[in-house]
Amino acid sequence: MHDNFDFSVTDKILSEYKCSQQSIIAILQEIQEHYHYLPREVFPYLAGKLDMSEAKIYSVATFYENFSLEQKGKYVIKICDGTACHVRHSLPILERFRQELGLSADKHTTDDLNFTVETVSCLGACGLAPVIMVNDEVYSAMTPEKASELIKKLKEELANA
Amino acid sequence: MLKSRSELSALREEYSKAYAAQSRRLIVCAGTGCVAGGSMKIYDRLKELLRERGLSVAVELEVDPHGDIIDLKKSGCHGFCEIGPLLRIDPEGWLYTKVQLSDCEEIVEKTVLGGEHIDRLAYKCGCNTYKKHQDIPFYKNQTHIVLDQCGTINADSIREYIAVGGYTALEKALFDMSPESITDEIKKSNLRGRGGGGFPAGRKWEQVRRQNVSQKYVVCNGDEGDPGAFMDGSIMGGDPHRMIEGMIIAGIATGASEGYIYVRAEYPLAVERLRTAITQAEELGILGNNILGTDFSFNLHISRGAGAFVCGEGSALTASIEGKRGFPRVKPPRTTEHGLFDKPTVLNNVETFANVPLIILNGADWYLGIGSETSPGTKAFALTGNIMNTGLIEVPMGTTLREIIFGIGGGMRDGAKFKAVQIGGPSGACLTSEYLDLPLDFDTLKKVGAMIGSGGLVVMDDKTCMVEVARFFMNFTQNESCGKCVPCREGTKRMLEILERIVAGEGRDGDIELLEELADTIVNTALCGLGKSAPNPIISTIKNFREEYEAHIYEKRCPAGACQKLKKIYIEPELCKGCSKCARQCPVDAISGKIKEPFTIDLSKCIRCGSCIDACPFKAIKEA
Repeated sequence: MHDNFDFSVTDKILSEYKCSQQSIIAILQEIQEHYHYLPREVFPYLAGKLDMSEAKIYSVATFYENFSLEQKGKYVIKICDGTACHVRHSLPILERFRQELGLSADKHTTDDLNFTVETVSCLGACGLAPVIMVNDEVYSAMTPEKASELIKKLKEELANA
Repeated sequence: MLKSRSELSALREEYSKAYAAQSRRLIVCAGTGCVAGGSMKIYDRLKELLRERGLSVAVELEVDPHGDIIDLKKSGCHGFCEIGPLLRIDPEGWLYTKVQLSDCEEIVEKTVLGGEHIDRLAYKCGCNTYKKHQDIPFYKNQTHIVLDQCGTINADSIREYIAVGGYTALEKALFDMSPESITDEIKKSNLRGRGGGGFPAGRKWEQVRRQNVSQKYVVCNGDEGDPGAFMDGSIMGGDPHRMIEGMIIAGIATGASEGYIYVRAEYPLAVERLRTAITQAEELGILGNNILGTDFSFNLHISRGAGAFVCGEGSALTASIEGKRGFPRVKPPRTTEHGLFDKPTVLNNVETFANVPLIILNGADWYLGIGSETSPGTKAFALTGNIMNTGLIEVPMGTTLREIIFGIGGGMRDGAKFKAVQIGGPSGACLTSEYLDLPLDFDTLKKVGAMIGSGGLVVMDDKTCMVEVARFFMNFTQNESCGKCVPCREGTKRMLEILERIVAGEGRDGDIELLEELADTIVNTALCGLGKSAPNPIISTIKNFREEYEAHIYEKRCPAGACQKLKKIYIEPELCKGCSKCARQCPVDAISGKIKEPFTIDLSKCIRCGSCIDACPFKAIKEA
């Protein structure tokens, strides 16, 4: 498994942070930004380079919500379920996305790796609740109908890409 | 690189002149809300249109402008997110609301070239039209001190910050004051921690200043994790230099030469603006080694969070900066003694630091004149929920909930009835109408079992089920419990299970008492502040809405009609024509029947999604 993995990206990130143990969170963040998840292969590699135990790195990676050890879809749809969005009915929107994509509370990513649906606690755009975020773009004042339209649009984008 | 005080003063004079000479300013709101509404596209379009017409556009403060220049700026959050994207037109002070890409042409033609107001884009409420920003009731009833530059100056420009008097307080602290006198001024002002606890900032500074240790740290807590709160994010993204100035002053006062800003991962915009701000300050010699030619050095770093609510707790936050799991630890020793890298650390919140330059500049007495006796100053709140005007607000401490909700907030949405307001996020409480005239400050709220928390105010109407709200918060804290101490890890899990079964109609006799008992244990035995306050939303809803809990448990009924599982959906046989539309719409095949005969719903399969109700052309499907 090791032989096929290209560590050049990881190396570049490591040198940027001068192989500092203290920067492990930032290093993992950058790796995840590149791959959209944390590939298994990087753990033993990082452990060697940073002179830390693999277990310690794994403990950090699993403690923080943002890190994912599983591959995510091309479109990551984050449905805000903060208080403000919740009282303006964010759950039916979540349900609609899951229904449209055949996902559930246990299955977050579609098999074709096109879509991931997850909830977040607050996106900080409470004034426009309910909001969702697709990759880095925020969509405001959502409704289940708008959710269906959005999926249709994103699927078209995928088909045309 | 500025090498002395006089060089900074000279630069400020130059920038101030240039700023005063700006004759036409178009200020596009670049807060998270307006950006989501497309304000950056509007910014680009305006720039393009202005250039097409041969007008000179400046996107940064220019010292030596040639001829008539139109200044186009991206500012921080204007606050009134509800009616965004917002565009402010100066010098008139007009505010254009809900601006669309298609409006840009008209804005350039009529307003920029013709000086004419576009009535269509003005804010309207009832039969009144408000042209000017300051006349709108939402703004008129606020007191902007910390936020006064959020929405007026360019958030990406250190030049504009300096032009309007920025870094004057730093000058004063660095050249006219001693570390003791800075600390004394902050102590005298009684500036209390805006992160929620309300601990006097001056006392923390004093404790750190007194220790004779070579390495100390200043840390800013920008891990605003409370759902329903976005004030700190708006300050970091809207006026980053003010907060940075406050941090440098804390460094001077305490003898710290390194600072960290811990920002939560969900605020990419704030991270970007802070990075720009730090680079700009370093280039001018306001941050870095030998600031303004003195022997004081202060280096500032950004640490991005990775999605852990517990990192808002002081010791967890410092652990996270050190590259560890964000576990809180037993206190004492306090962060002021053993903080970041085990060194004495000043840890304050974003809003607290943003107040510092103002206090140093205007003096503690000025600050004590604002707000209430024991909690001076103002507080920023995120006003959200089922209310007419949502957004970011700032009011003096001691303002009542009624003034905020019905004055600034404009009352309830869609004529709904006020039921409760949730204050302080997952550590706070739900307050009912009997508390509407309570003056909001640290101490009065504590007395009624609530807390300011980071400042989220979520207004709820009578269609909101309070048991479900309690479940919602418990679900949040349970998810975010770091798992280190048993009371929080296990206790919140059990509380959540009980709440889940109550909202599902499976509540049992004795559940309320069990919740109370668990809450009491967690409050008294959890390790950190977040664990200790986790049961607050449940305690307060049981206290104020016990009858709702009882209705769920004993009558299997949700008085607000919000709990999905307690809803009963049925088809009225007299109205049903047997068209089968509902059955085709049902995602779980719970509806069956023969064509042209009344259909029926199998409640054991029904998930109460309501699709059939929307699908029925004869309104034959009812909810009870």
